[in-house]
Amino acid sequence: MDAEHSVDDSQALLEQVNRALANATPLLIQGSNSKAFLGRAVAGEVLDTRSHRGIVSYDPTELVITVRAGTPLAELSATLAAAGQMLPCEPPSFGPGATVGGMVATGLSGPRRPWSGSVRDFVLGTRVITGLGKHLRFGGEVMKNVAGYDLSRLLTGSYGCLGLITEVSLKVLPKPRHCFSVSLEMDRARALENLARWGQQPLPVSAACHDGQRLHLRLEGGEGSVAAAHERLGGEALDPGFWNDLNEQQLAFFDVGPPLWRLSVPNNSGALDLPGAQLVDWAGAQLWLKSDADAGVIRAIAQKAGGHATCYSHGLIDSPFQPLPAALLRYHRQLKAQLDPQGVFNPGRMYAEF
Amino acid sequence: MNILYDERVDGYLPAVDKDSLLQALQQRLPDLDLLHQEEDLKPYECDGLSAYRTTPMLVALPRTVEQVQGLLELCHQRRVPVVARGAGTGLSGGALPLEKGVLLVMARFNRILHIDPAARSARVQPGVRNLAISQAAAATGLYYAPDPSSQIACSIGGNVAENAGGVHCLKYGLTVHNLLRVEILTVEGEHLSLGSDALDAPGFDLLALFTGSEGMLGIITEVTVKLLPRPQVAKVLLAAFDCVEKAGLAVARIIAEGIIPAGLEMMDNLAIRAAEDFIHAGYPVDAQAILLCELDGVEADVHDDCERVRRVLLLAGATEVRLARDEAERVRFWAGRKNAFPAVGRLSPDYYCMDGTIPRRALPAVLKEIATLAGEYGLRVANVFHAGDGNMHPLILFDANQPGELDRAEALGGKILELCVKVGGSITGEHGVGREKINQMCAQFNSDELTLFHGVKAAFDPRGLLNPGKNIPTLQRCAEFGAMHVHMGQLPFPELERF
Repeated sequence: MDAEHSVDDSQALLEQVNRALANATPLLIQGSNSKAFLGRAVAGEVLDTRSHRGIVSYDPTELVITVRAGTPLAELSATLAAAGQMLPCEPPSFGPGATVGGMVATGLSGPRRPWSGSVRDFVLGTRVITGLGKHLRFGGEVMKNVAGYDLSRLLTGSYGCLGLITEVSLKVLPKPRHCFSVSLEMDRARALENLARWGQQPLPVSAACHDGQRLHLRLEGGEGSVAAAHERLGGEALDPGFWNDLNEQQLAFFDVGPPLWRLSVPNNSGALDLPGAQLVDWAGAQLWLKSDADAGVIRAIAQKAGGHATCYSHGLIDSPFQPLPAALLRYHRQLKAQLDPQGVFNPGRMYAEF
Repeated sequence: MNILYDERVDGYLPAVDKDSLLQALQQRLPDLDLLHQEEDLKPYECDGLSAYRTTPMLVALPRTVEQVQGLLELCHQRRVPVVARGAGTGLSGGALPLEKGVLLVMARFNRILHIDPAARSARVQPGVRNLAISQAAAATGLYYAPDPSSQIACSIGGNVAENAGGVHCLKYGLTVHNLLRVEILTVEGEHLSLGSDALDAPGFDLLALFTGSEGMLGIITEVTVKLLPRPQVAKVLLAAFDCVEKAGLAVARIIAEGIIPAGLEMMDNLAIRAAEDFIHAGYPVDAQAILLCELDGVEADVHDDCERVRRVLLLAGATEVRLARDEAERVRFWAGRKNAFPAVGRLSPDYYCMDGTIPRRALPAVLKEIATLAGEYGLRVANVFHAGDGNMHPLILFDANQPGELDRAEALGGKILELCVKVGGSITGEHGVGREKINQMCAQFNSDELTLFHGVKAAFDPRGLLNPGKNIPTLQRCAEFGAMHVHMGQLPFPELERF
């Protein structure tokens, strides 16, 4: 690995955490800050992970890569691409400097998620600096590992509230041999009906988005299956750059306007009547909504459908993540109290209560 | 130091008056079936790891969530440990009962509540058998992907508790990858819903934390699993090799070719011969190793991939490559592998199944070392290997009626697991820690890591009443195990009683 880009700075990070523990100073963990708009604002001393960077090990035939948290996501993707592999969950960057640590901490996945799994599904192991001031290792570099509790997956998507992730081992996969994107004209209700039906068939769909007028599909697999699916489904060729624009929220839909919400709903919810413009992703399981409606109204709709809603417009409301039921919240607090007894890691980033 | 619960190193358990507890349970839950007489308790003294047996104080066989809730509340109040059990097929003693505890058998929760083809999900009770889900969904063209070898008998609740795997994990994932939601009751009988019918849920990923937590954090009362469309076709190639290294290399080359097989299994010569004698699968008995490579998906892709894999296998030095001609032969090829454990069981009065995982590149070295260790301990070892995901199942052959052989088998097993950790792997890929590998946890994790695990446990079960003594060893146990270990290292043939 390139020595210039590979620096083990974990000792300095551990020292900073230990100082914070000694002085009971809250820490604001950040990489490039590309995802700072998610969650609640944290007041604390900045802990910048970017000094701890580089790919620790990568053997493409093992399908595992181990990488330090401060490594740019772009570097990880480029390294994998050079070996014909990828992180199938397509984590969004939301900025040029996005880091691997931020990817794991937010746990966000892209258009392929319903078919490939999410970031947490590809996390095999982590190293983490804990609220007891120790640098520990959980999970490992093997696909199957059920020794002890699965702390690596618990940490994924916990927004740095349970500890500082310093290193992660990820399962990776070969890039599909063929990829072809199409766009079909049909209304939302019809598109969702079709997607529900196609979902029950072995079709090589790996992304499905409805923009209000058209259904965009990505087909991935071997030459034969992609060609056969294209022939069956029809449609016009679509620029594959569409998927990156969707993932990075670069489509015109995401331009300024009313606040942005993300609704995560069961994949058979059908066309939901939402108070604003919507963009359907994940074959109906992820809805983007531009709306001035009250949080309560939006959340009630999501909840009724069996899902939840997250506000992506920073600072608009005090609880951007859907509030937790009381019992569940209590166990979140108890877990936080055990793993971060002094409450130094990103206090309040997810919920005001911890 | 005993492998059965040892209060001195595993933690003090308060004395419970059995009659008074029984009476209280009967009074509070008059409809709950309770077993309390010695002869009724006997069938529950072990799970699939029958070498370890403890008669439980009481066995409860609830039919409703309210009964489970009532039982948990009462046991929590009286500080009585509760051990959950599904179908009892676990291979690591995760459902080994406690003399001072209640065994909570969830097997009667055996109803499939809802199969939703449009949502591609099935909502089931925890006692439903793994295979029953796929059978119930068959008419819709969907199935539940994880397929542990015990799938005909094991329950989905147990699968979640153990994060069960199977032979198709590399492509389709473990249990944790195929769940949407679980309903649980905490040790206090409080209901929590983890995950959701959507693809994610707000807050920490407690669904992932609970999956594989071995009944230490809560009791599973309902499970919603993902279903997948059944692949159009599946084909199997069988390749023979004159040495294990070449077979290992072939696996790496298949992956390098950009192909993810649905299943990729390796067997060594002893396992091949045992399986062939038993099943007559048509395996080449002279081969030092065989690989079974299953490719599934859409017909055109599978056809292309079969050609690619055949080429790769021959280039890697396979002496023979056979494509199963038809479905019957495909099933026969798999039958040999799937029956490898009982087949090996015919070679020897007893066998002990290991479950370590390793980075695949370490395979040749690890197999060599296992052979050396087997020689030192005077035992035979057959190897079957989920080659795609690095999960080994060395089977140690022994005769429990020969004095000292069980101890030697256990000692050799421990050495093999420590070897897995040494090369960067894990002591368990899919069978769980349970009671069996409690000591080897001390080799995989240091005391700070174990302390954090105990912290997680304390967040959900501060009194430590759910399945005490499993999964995470006490620091006291590790201290004693470490001390004993050094001593053992000086003895090539440890005839001394170890446990």
